[in-house]
Order: sequence, then C-alpha cells, then structure tokens
Amino acid sequence: MKIVIIDYNAGNVQSVRFALERLHVSPILTNDPEIIQSADKVIFPGVGEAGRTMAWLRERDLDKVIRNLTQPVLGICLGMQLLCAYSEEADTTCLGIIPQKVRRFQARAGEKVPHMGWNQIYNLKGALFPSEVEQKYTYFVHSYYVEPGPFTTATTDYIHPFSAALQKDNFYATQFHPEKSGDPGSLILQEFLKLRT
Amino acid sequence: MLAKRIIPCLDIKDGRTVKGVNFVDLRDAGDPVEQAQIYSEQGADELVFLDISATHEKRKTLADLVRRVAAQVNIPFTVGGGISTVSDVALLLEHGADKVSINSAAVRNPAVIDELASHFGSQCITVTVDARQIDQAWWIHLNGGRIATDRRLQEWTLEAADRGAGEILFTSMDHDGTKGGFANTITAELARLLPIPIIASGGAGEMQHFADAFVKGQADAALAASVFHFNEISIPDLKTFLHQKNIPVRR
Repeated sequence: MKIVIIDYNAGNVQSVRFALERLHVSPILTNDPEIIQSADKVIFPGVGEAGRTMAWLRERDLDKVIRNLTQPVLGICLGMQLLCAYSEEADTTCLGIIPQKVRRFQARAGEKVPHMGWNQIYNLKGALFPSEVEQKYTYFVHSYYVEPGPFTTATTDYIHPFSAALQKDNFYATQFHPEKSGDPGSLILQEFLKLRT
Repeated sequence: MLAKRIIPCLDIKDGRTVKGVNFVDLRDAGDPVEQAQIYSEQGADELVFLDISATHEKRKTLADLVRRVAAQVNIPFTVGGGISTVSDVALLLEHGADKVSINSAAVRNPAVIDELASHFGSQCITVTVDARQIDQAWWIHLNGGRIATDRRLQEWTLEAADRGAGEILFTSMDHDGTKGGFANTITAELARLLPIPIIASGGAGEMQHFADAFVKGQADAALAASVFHFNEISIPDLKTFLHQKNIPVRR
C-alpha cells in the first residue's frame, strides 16, 4: 500500500511519518503531483498559517491536485481547515472541497485561544472511528474552528461545540492530531489505513 | 471538556536529563528518550525538553535527540533552549518537535515572536519566562535566572501574547526547587490577564500543589521535573487525585 504524506511548507509532517512508522507503515513524503496522484492514500497534515500555506500549494498547482484526488485523503488540523471553502485566518480562500467556513475562536474568561490540549470527542460517525474511541481524549492545537454541520463526523466542546472531524466523500479530516493522540489516535490512523481505495 | 495538562520537563545537557535545584547543582537523572517513553505510557499529557547547554555546535545533537523522541512517543512535546531564529525552529520541527519555546532571544528581540508565529503559526510557539519577585513586583530574568531585566512579568507576557505567542510557560524562580507549591497568586493574575494558555512551573512538591495550581492559580497546565524524575509523585496517582478533586484530567 502506497501512503503519501504531502510534504509541504508547514510543521508536523515528521510527526505523522513517525506515527505511521509505529504502525509499521512506511509513508512517502513528497510534494510531487504524480506521486501524490498515484498513492493509495494521501495524508494532508499541517500546523502552520492558512494564507501562507495555500499560497505555497497554489504556486505548485497542488491545490488542483488535491481537489481532484479520488483515493482516501486525510486532512489533519490545518490540513482539515484547508479542505474547507474559506478561512478567517489571513482571509484565505481554501480548497473548497468541504463547503464549510473556518472561523477564529473568540477567547473568553477562563477559555483561552488557542484551544490547546486534550479534549473529548463524541457523536462519532463514519469509518474513522471505532466505537471504543467515543468520549476519548485527543490532542488539539488550533485557534480556528469549523462549526458543526452536515459533514461533521466528530464533535468536541470548547467555548462552544465545534467539528472535531469532517468527512465528505473520500475526504476525511480531523481537527485534532491523531498522530499525537496516544492510543485513540493510533486506532483512528489504523482505521484510515484500512479504508478501501 | 478540555483537560488540565500535566507536563514533565526534562532539562537536557549534552543529551542527558538533568534537574537543578534553583538552577544550580545539576543532578543526572537519566536518558531522555527512555524517560519520554515512560512518561508517555504513564499518562503525561505533554513533554517539555529544555536544552540548557544549547549552543550552535550542540544544535545537531539536540535535533538528533528530538528525532529519537519523536519516533518513540505519541504525545506532543516542546523543545527549547537557545532558540532564536526561523532556521533553529525549522530544524527542530523538521526533526519531529511539535512546539518550540523561546526565552532570552524573545526578550532581547521581541519581533522574533512575530516572525516565528507568522512562519510556523502561533500554535507551535511557546514563550518561556523566568521571573522573580522583588519589592512586590515580578521581574523577568534571563539565562536561567542569572540576569535581571527591566521587563515586568505581566507587561512582557502580554506583549508576547500580542506578538503571537501560543502559550506562556511561566517559571517562578522564587518557587523553583523549593517543593513548597506553585506561585499561584501571580499565576492567577496572568491567567486573567492573558488571552493564551499558561503553564505554571516551579515549586511542585506534592499532589495538592498541582490541584492548587489549577484551582487557585487557574493554570491550564502544570509542569514539574524532579518530583517525576525521582518518582516522588507518579503521574497515574496524580491524575486519580486530581480527578477526585473534580479537576478535568485525561485518564
């Protein structure tokens, strides 16, 4: 099975690689469109800034490449947000695969921004989430969020409920970092690896 | 509900874990990779590595250590010590660090926070501050507390947050190594003042101190070193204790 991690100008690409290696999978890190297109599965990770990252993708035509992928794709954190239509971060037009807006959290007393740390995910749906993951803690680090909507497959609460995961067709996405979420995270990555291509 | 985080800190010198008492008299406490794995299995929520020997020639040693830790552990970790440039941060993130912390370099050149935050996102930029109370006011100190500055703790951390820091790791030099509890009054003041998460550090000696840091100090996370390194407090016992006090923790 050929697993590709899109190696783009943002952090945590290595963390995702290490997490897959702990599951005995050796991913390919690349930004080569042909290799990405020929993969069985594609992981689109990200910690970084939306505007800068979208510009980087567009310069390489990777925006079009990602949009046209038909194999299972997993967007993580910023990767999930970039799958959406628009982000308030740097007023960025994103890939437009999932018709959702990405908004900035408004901090309030006792609830800081970024939302940083371990939070429980619930109302799990779809193929990524085995039942034992319901209510488990996963690791989040982000200042922008997607409201719950028709594509929401996991929810969590911080300041208000928001989407911890999304899915539309072959595009799966988590706001949390499965690669850093201990055993529940490993289970979710394993489910992604098991998806039929 | 967002859990309060328990963070063991591993001070690193020449690739080994050390912990000073009030930042002097360093004691060797073991192999960082092995410790990281143990802490991760015990339920630590995050790890912090502070390279107290960090110099440019040692940077590669640190990066190698980061890679070995990243390969082993499935929880987030922060790396700090002598970081001052975009290329320092890029190297550590490329080797698998989730966040980096900056301290003296940010005080000397605050614009570096803006630069790093815009390059990598605020989420992976922790600003670490060491402060001491002198005549009722809290003052920022540099170089492990050896150099006093004219920056006040509250004013500086607020500026750091405005410039794009993702969280503040605050060590009270007055409490560090005393095992008498965290600096809860000033931590609570910072928690009210700052729009970003705050990690309390310095003074952990018993489990109640962690509960106090979260309830009285309103900290988002609590960091400690020697109580964990020398098995004075076990993380599973601490999590159970906090849970019984109705403090949300990941178990």
